Amino acid sequence: MPSADSELHQLDRQLIWSGFKQLAPISVFVIAFGAAFGLAAKQAGLGDPSILAMSALVFAGASQFAALDLWGPQVPLFTLLITVFAINARHLLMGATLYPWLSQLPTAKRYGVMLIASDANWAMSMQAFTRGQPGLGLLFGGGLALWSFWVFGTWLGMAFGNLVSEPRSLGLDMVMGCFLLAMVVGGEKNVRMFGIWTVAAACSLLAYWYLPENSHVVVGALAGGVAGLVWREPHHEH
Amino acid sequence: MSIEATGWGALLLILAMALVTLATRWGGVYVMSFIPIGYRVKQFIHAVSGSVLVALLAPLALEGDIGARLALLTTALIMLLVKKPLPAIAAGILVAALVRQFTA
Repeated sequence: MPSADSELHQLDRQLIWSGFKQLAPISVFVIAFGAAFGLAAKQAGLGDPSILAMSALVFAGASQFAALDLWGPQVPLFTLLITVFAINARHLLMGATLYPWLSQLPTAKRYGVMLIASDANWAMSMQAFTRGQPGLGLLFGGGLALWSFWVFGTWLGMAFGNLVSEPRSLGLDMVMGCFLLAMVVGGEKNVRMFGIWTVAAACSLLAYWYLPENSHVVVGALAGGVAGLVWREPHHEH
Repeated sequence: MSIEATGWGALLLILAMALVTLATRWGGVYVMSFIPIGYRVKQFIHAVSGSVLVALLAPLALEGDIGARLALLTTALIMLLVKKPLPAIAAGILVAALVRQFTA
């Protein structure tokens, strides 16, 4: 476990710009994914301002696609909000895991950078911390890259939808999956981590099959956390 | 309770979605500010952070179509061999696209 008392929490213009540049290549794929959303939203009957507002304000792809499934002339409010919460509940864990570094920032900054936390920039940021490098620039700068490319892609799909009429046949639905897997494989690997992953994957699958929809990420991740408590790293006094 | 998805109704729905999502982005940080971070808590959140992505990917890897599964396999293999994310991701997407051309 990297210690949080060094200067790893720094966040300045240069680190943010560097984070933006590091996430920019993946963000190109995000444009395509955003375009798929823009098109799907249009087909689901959303108006143009609503589509752009959703991508800009919600900025969480999987939950936005799920919202489209519920969209109609009448939208069930509580079903919608519960679905959005369940899919996005993993952000709670991301915020918690970033806390050792975020806690060193003033409150406004701390919550400010979390505005655009999402899977990809969180994963990059945690990986940087694990390597002993500053990660908050990746979180915020990378988030800015992902956010702007996501909104731009949404607009593209909305305006010129036929460009990517079948995102699945182009493999574009796999962008995030492949990216996140690359982060897992490129990250910390040791016997203890493999043990934790096994527990997380098994519990996620069980939840996916037997528990309410969309609960599997949180269930699996928490189970992995408990496994980490049972199988601890050799204790170094801090 | 259902809301009509026209004009202000749509905007209201989107704002509500945005607020719920924002609560998930801020909530974990907020709760942690009440928890003293000792050794056990560190071990726990470290293990959680390693598990989030695995838990997200597990159903996709097992229940996805053949295109999805081969895409993930390709990404993992290339990542292990080359250790560079971009070629690994690009190859995964390419494999998904190719497989689906032939299986669809």
